[in-house]
Amino acid sequence: MPSLGTTFGRGAATMPQWDLARSDVVLVMGSNMAENHPIAFRFAMQAKLRGATLIHVDPRFTRTSAMCDIYAPIRAGTDIAFLGGIIHYLLENDLWFREWAVPYTNIATIIEDGFAGPEGDGTFSGWKEEETRYGTETWQYKGLTVPSPLAEAWMETGGDFAERVSHLRDGPPPRDETLQHPNCVYQIMRRHFARYTPEMVERITGCPRDLFLRICEAMARNSGRERTGAICYAVGWNHHSTGAQIIRAGAILMGLLGNVGRPGAGMLALRGHTSIQGSTDIATLYDLMPGYLPQPHALRPHGTLEEYLKVETAPTGWWSEFPKYAVSLLRAFYGGEASAANGWGYDWMPRIVGDHSMLPMTLAMDNGVMSGLFVMGQNPAVGGSNSKLVQRGLAKLEWMVVRDIAETDTATFWRDGHLIRDGEMRPEEIGTEVFLMPGSLSGEKAGSFTNTHRLVQWHDKVVDAPGDSTSELWFVDELGRRLRKLYAGSTRPEDQPIINLRWDYPRDEEDEPDAEAVLREINGHRCADGQLLSTFQDLKEDGSTACGTWIYTGVFPEAGKNLARARKADGPEGPGTHLGWGFAWPANRRTLNNRASADPDGRPWSERKKLIQWSEEKGEWSGPDVPDFPKDKRPDYQPNWEERPKGVAAHSGSEPFIMLADGRAGLFAPSGLKDGPLPEHYESVETPATNPLHPSMSSSPAAKRWDQQDNRLAPPGDPRYPHMLTTFRLTEHHSGGTPTRIVTTTAELQPEMFCEIPVELAGTLGIRMGDWVVLATERGEIETKAMVTSRLRPFRLPDGSECHQLALPWHFGWAGFATGDVANVLTSVVGDANTGMHENKSLACALRPGRLNRVQRPRREAR
Amino acid sequence: MPRRTIPDRAVEFLREWSVPRQMAGQDHRREAAESAMARHGRPRTEKADSVGTSICPYCAVGCAQLIYAKDRQPIAVEGDPSSPINQGTLCPKGAATMGLMTSPMRLDRVLHRAPHATEWREVSLDWAMDRIAHLTKQTRDESFVGDAPDGTRLNHTMAIGSLGGATLDNEENYLIKKLFTAGLGMVFVENQARV
Repeated sequence: MPSLGTTFGRGAATMPQWDLARSDVVLVMGSNMAENHPIAFRFAMQAKLRGATLIHVDPRFTRTSAMCDIYAPIRAGTDIAFLGGIIHYLLENDLWFREWAVPYTNIATIIEDGFAGPEGDGTFSGWKEEETRYGTETWQYKGLTVPSPLAEAWMETGGDFAERVSHLRDGPPPRDETLQHPNCVYQIMRRHFARYTPEMVERITGCPRDLFLRICEAMARNSGRERTGAICYAVGWNHHSTGAQIIRAGAILMGLLGNVGRPGAGMLALRGHTSIQGSTDIATLYDLMPGYLPQPHALRPHGTLEEYLKVETAPTGWWSEFPKYAVSLLRAFYGGEASAANGWGYDWMPRIVGDHSMLPMTLAMDNGVMSGLFVMGQNPAVGGSNSKLVQRGLAKLEWMVVRDIAETDTATFWRDGHLIRDGEMRPEEIGTEVFLMPGSLSGEKAGSFTNTHRLVQWHDKVVDAPGDSTSELWFVDELGRRLRKLYAGSTRPEDQPIINLRWDYPRDEEDEPDAEAVLREINGHRCADGQLLSTFQDLKEDGSTACGTWIYTGVFPEAGKNLARARKADGPEGPGTHLGWGFAWPANRRTLNNRASADPDGRPWSERKKLIQWSEEKGEWSGPDVPDFPKDKRPDYQPNWEERPKGVAAHSGSEPFIMLADGRAGLFAPSGLKDGPLPEHYESVETPATNPLHPSMSSSPAAKRWDQQDNRLAPPGDPRYPHMLTTFRLTEHHSGGTPTRIVTTTAELQPEMFCEIPVELAGTLGIRMGDWVVLATERGEIETKAMVTSRLRPFRLPDGSECHQLALPWHFGWAGFATGDVANVLTSVVGDANTGMHENKSLACALRPGRLNRVQRPRREAR
Repeated sequence: MPRRTIPDRAVEFLREWSVPRQMAGQDHRREAAESAMARHGRPRTEKADSVGTSICPYCAVGCAQLIYAKDRQPIAVEGDPSSPINQGTLCPKGAATMGLMTSPMRLDRVLHRAPHATEWREVSLDWAMDRIAHLTKQTRDESFVGDAPDGTRLNHTMAIGSLGGATLDNEENYLIKKLFTAGLGMVFVENQARV
């Protein structure tokens, strides 16, 4: 999310899935797309039938590899070295799309004199060893301070932040379009990536040099005016301590090749849960409010609404509209009780004080800070890193409410979990009060999901869920009603937020809250007369509009018109943007940054790759997609700097990236990232390898580490853990496993857990197919069956020694028909500096034949 | 019905077997492929008294589905041919949606495990809602922090957490965030986006 946000302005897939069919090259990396997103992979296959080159880069040979033209094996966690090598190749051979990238990215922008790359000691300039974090002063555009385009614009700069960033309104950032200035981004990138030679790529990743060069050539050959390429990635990129920077490296590559905002071009993030995009947009996340507005933070200048708006409003770019969205959200939350006097309810909002994501939450349970927990449609006993630590945490809770469609592993940790099986505790010793409540599925309730390419799609209620099953909509609404009754009449200041919440959702004859009423609140309306709004440009800062999620405005533009329910796809002769099918945020735009599909003068780059273009007759941008640009802004528009323009008025007509302060894609990220403005290869936190780029700073210095009693980390090169381990998913199972392990067909297709072991290692250890094996890390041990396979191959480490890659599917647990040990017992609580994302795709482990000596084997029978 | 002789049955078998007809030159994509089974087969969706549009509950590709129902119970789930995403297709997980909806392991009652108990007991939905509301209020009231010692406003409780959202509807996520964060002051609110 921060990677695409800092590079292109929004943390979401830039292209619709079906547009892959128009790509000339598709690089699938960090994803086993054919197996895990088979329906989306059809579009890559359609591209292949039309002559496109498909490339798969992955530690495992999978069915995706089998369908691609080129498969390149790399050691887990070395993606940045691989992508950095491609960037190096493009820059040194001058094969990047110069006419596109010079005007549309910040490649010509000049960076502060004090900037220094990690070539020496492994850290960028600004590293504060004692605080283990970066100061970003030297990463800025020369003479300027650039606010982050992510939810949180504010950053520590010393001095008055709002005053500092306001200088963006004085004139354009300094640039040298000849690219000769030693501190322009182009020259910095050349210096930075100079180390990523084909030889170094081979040494770090283990991918043969010739194979690597074939991929470089394919990427370069298929980009430019006439051709475009796309990258498809999934959590194989995210789940690293350098995950955000891996995605950044991919985004930089796409920026250099002009593969953004154009047909068949872009970054397609393939996500694993049906509405994971929606739950990020309408964030059930600690640091975000709906619409990517930052949650107020106690340690930031967020004391009052005025202060919050002052530091979080970007002077230039679309985010200058921020106050309208923030005030309208507060109006949606607190309704009539919100007034200008109480900051429209801002004073009631909770303040975060640090990282409250799942990994720290696990620790908060374990150390007794947290005593109550709601778990709705998630299975942390299987999906949470360091599962035994999670289970110990659950055992310390006073109460837990699990809402799901079946008895999950999380709900039964006290009866069947590892604490019991490993003999640590008996059920009688666990004091957690547990509620297990039946939830409902799409089809049993009405509502909308937002898919992986920002498409909001409605599902009807068609059938009844069994017995006492209820939707989360009913549960949360009912809980809210009951709590508001319990708090009614209280005059205590801390009870005012719950009392003043606007909470009046109508129920139907079956006692179900009206999901469309909630979607209308998300869409936004005028407070005075309830008139629904059709565009976020109608939102106001003065409290006269209410809007739950500004980027969704337009999904319900008028009464009775739920566009998430729109079902008019284009026919075979249509343009293929399918504007009449569902609603894609923002403003039903299907391809983000699509101004970049035209050249600076507004003409298509080529007939073959046209999408949006300037029409001089109409005086507007037009084409088969909704322009992601002010509709009537001329391509030759220039800001009048005398007037200190704000917002997008400070962007010229040929700066396509409206969400960014300077309107240009951030190949170099001056702000928004906590571990460097450019991606650098670091080894994973646990690894048998040493980083040849800077052996003394082998893994990311900024990664989040919680090295403590229950979460020990093995030092790099620890001889006890000589193998690399990665986790993966199966076609037949879904994430934490609940919705497939309880289904007879999928359970029969993949009935139990196993570990993929390379033939060479199995031979050395005397392990045969189907034998029991034990895997161990510093966190714990699990037992499973061996799948001896040549899908995995030994890798050479940078020092020349041999290393084996193991791979585990992580869906399994003790609940359901298809069972097995929990892979996440092995993983650790360690996180990416930006996202707090864990590192379950790359860690070090031990392997031996045999079984564990357990008190209780997992149950197999159904309840 | 008279007992059929062996030759009768052989003739019937050969007539029903499509291979000889195809070998005799009939088009294998037309009548030649027909058998008694095919002739008398009925679409499994025929008995449906309603059909509704749905979206696959598994991954985020967003395949559209048609749910065929009879008496408000599902009888078939198929890919929606009009969807530009899946064009009627479904993957092995999506094709298992019917099995998911009707799984013998589906939970249909509210279960409660008292502290230190070794088994579940069934409770009523109303009792559970009441108890959960009371526990939520009690934990919140015991742990709520208005201001930090230095006077900084916090307005939060760190004692209650919430996990989940990525498998739920947008509308459900909105209510979770609104009630838990804006109403109760919970800061530990997370979903699978980081998992």
